[in-house]
Amino acid sequence: MSRKAGKLGRGVALVGAGMSKFGSFADKTTRDLFVEAYSAMVKTVDKGMETRDIQSIYVGNFSSDLFEGQGHIAPIMADWIGLVPKPATRVEAACASGGLALRQAVIAVASGLYDIVLASGTEKMTNLPTERVTDTLASASDILYEACCGFTFPGLYAAIASAYMDKYGATPEDFMRVGIKNHRNGALNPKAQFNSSIRDIMNARIEKAKQKGQPVPNWKEELDFLRDPQANPIVAWPMRLFDCSPITDGAACLLLVAEDLAQNFSSKPIYIIGSGHGSDHALHEREELTSINSARVAAQEAYAMAGVKPQDIQIAEVHDCFTIAELVASEDLGFFKPGEGYKATREGVTARDGAKPINTSGGLKAKGHPVGASGIGQVVEIWHQMRAEAGQRQVPGKDIRLALTHNVGATGGTCVVHIFNRR
Amino acid sequence: MTGEKEVNSNSFYQFLGEKKLMASRCKKCHALYLPPHPICIKCYGSDMEWVQMKGDGKLAAFTVIAVGPTCVVAEGYDRNNPYLVGIVKLDEGPKICGRIQGIDARSPEKIKVGTPVKIEFPEQTAGKRSYLVFKAH
Repeated sequence: MSRKAGKLGRGVALVGAGMSKFGSFADKTTRDLFVEAYSAMVKTVDKGMETRDIQSIYVGNFSSDLFEGQGHIAPIMADWIGLVPKPATRVEAACASGGLALRQAVIAVASGLYDIVLASGTEKMTNLPTERVTDTLASASDILYEACCGFTFPGLYAAIASAYMDKYGATPEDFMRVGIKNHRNGALNPKAQFNSSIRDIMNARIEKAKQKGQPVPNWKEELDFLRDPQANPIVAWPMRLFDCSPITDGAACLLLVAEDLAQNFSSKPIYIIGSGHGSDHALHEREELTSINSARVAAQEAYAMAGVKPQDIQIAEVHDCFTIAELVASEDLGFFKPGEGYKATREGVTARDGAKPINTSGGLKAKGHPVGASGIGQVVEIWHQMRAEAGQRQVPGKDIRLALTHNVGATGGTCVVHIFNRR
Repeated sequence: MTGEKEVNSNSFYQFLGEKKLMASRCKKCHALYLPPHPICIKCYGSDMEWVQMKGDGKLAAFTVIAVGPTCVVAEGYDRNNPYLVGIVKLDEGPKICGRIQGIDARSPEKIKVGTPVKIEFPEQTAGKRSYLVFKAH
């Protein structure tokens, strides 16, 4: 009795996008970051907006409960930007909370219920020590059958990496290359937590050693630095420190409106023409350990809705919570065949000046990964790139008319994919 | 005997305490589930039975963890004493997560996917949550 769905009830346009700086901010709470992101977004609405025109707000947030001891944060976010008594909804899907909040906002506008909606995400993670952040993130896995034996989040992705290496012959260096690429992009992003390349970090360490009169490390290439277990210790083999996204505070906001209102707000609106969402079993219950089926399902739905193919997509922001995750994503989205993602990265195809730029923002790896905000933060990058407003990190030589975001919750229990078009 | 226990996670861990690794099986389509599912997610039948697994399998994926959660740190594991966890594919078909012993966790690059392992039933400390342990042989 399944009926074919797959079309939005009406068109949805993105007319504003902004984010707070991502990083570690001991003196700020979730609401401060949220106000910073909202204010940044308001400035991007070409023809201006009034807060009172926003009819509903969706807030992606994984676990302010455990990170800050604060539950029920949607009305607080609404209150701090002046939206009370408008409906305020929190959306939780682990690290895909932001992407799913966007999808709920898209559905709300497409349904005709609202014309003007705020889609947002926020997370304040740095209040806790690392092992309790690890515990909190592990609560997004299956606590009865995964976390109990000691599997952590880096550990689950590391297990995927072990299977990927075994099946396709990839090496730890192939994962390191993803980090090198994303840090190069992050170095050009003033909002990134790591606004520096691996080479910058490496040179700073060499300089520090010289100043302190310590033995100067013998690193020539970025890969030398990343292979050094002192500089780049193992977190969960084969994932090392620089394979893992950081612990981050941050927030991001998007303004969505019904298509027929887009020109009232923006001289260069971006249209959301595809939206997909899938779920999956716990990792151990899957047939395949080297692919995330929820991503394949979400991508298929989004591509079909948009009427485009993977090869049509010009740039993508994908969920690189760990370097292995970007490789798997690039295959699940159909950009490369299974087992070919690492070769494409090796050849520079996914670099900013490559044929298929991935994570020009620096990705979660360098930009930072405030889990509930990441899915919205990805769209902020797409907004800048599609409007040719990304400054130093603008993709060279491309008129970007089709772009994609891919946001994963946990090891793929949730995946949300969106496709964007500039006419 | 085993048919008397409800198909749920509590029963699964009770069986584990009795040194039995138990899966659930759909009586209608014979699909096998580990962790035990109470409803068949293939044919949606709800008549399930317990089946004992032999506990032999192969490492399908693994990792050596240097930065653990608080519960494992409390066991004494850390960067200098990392631990091995993996996903084991049992000979009967299902895959399941567990702690892996009998392999040197300090040399992860030498560990191979496909390494044969067998379930172990260490004495559990009372009040501690159980988990599966496999040993390489």
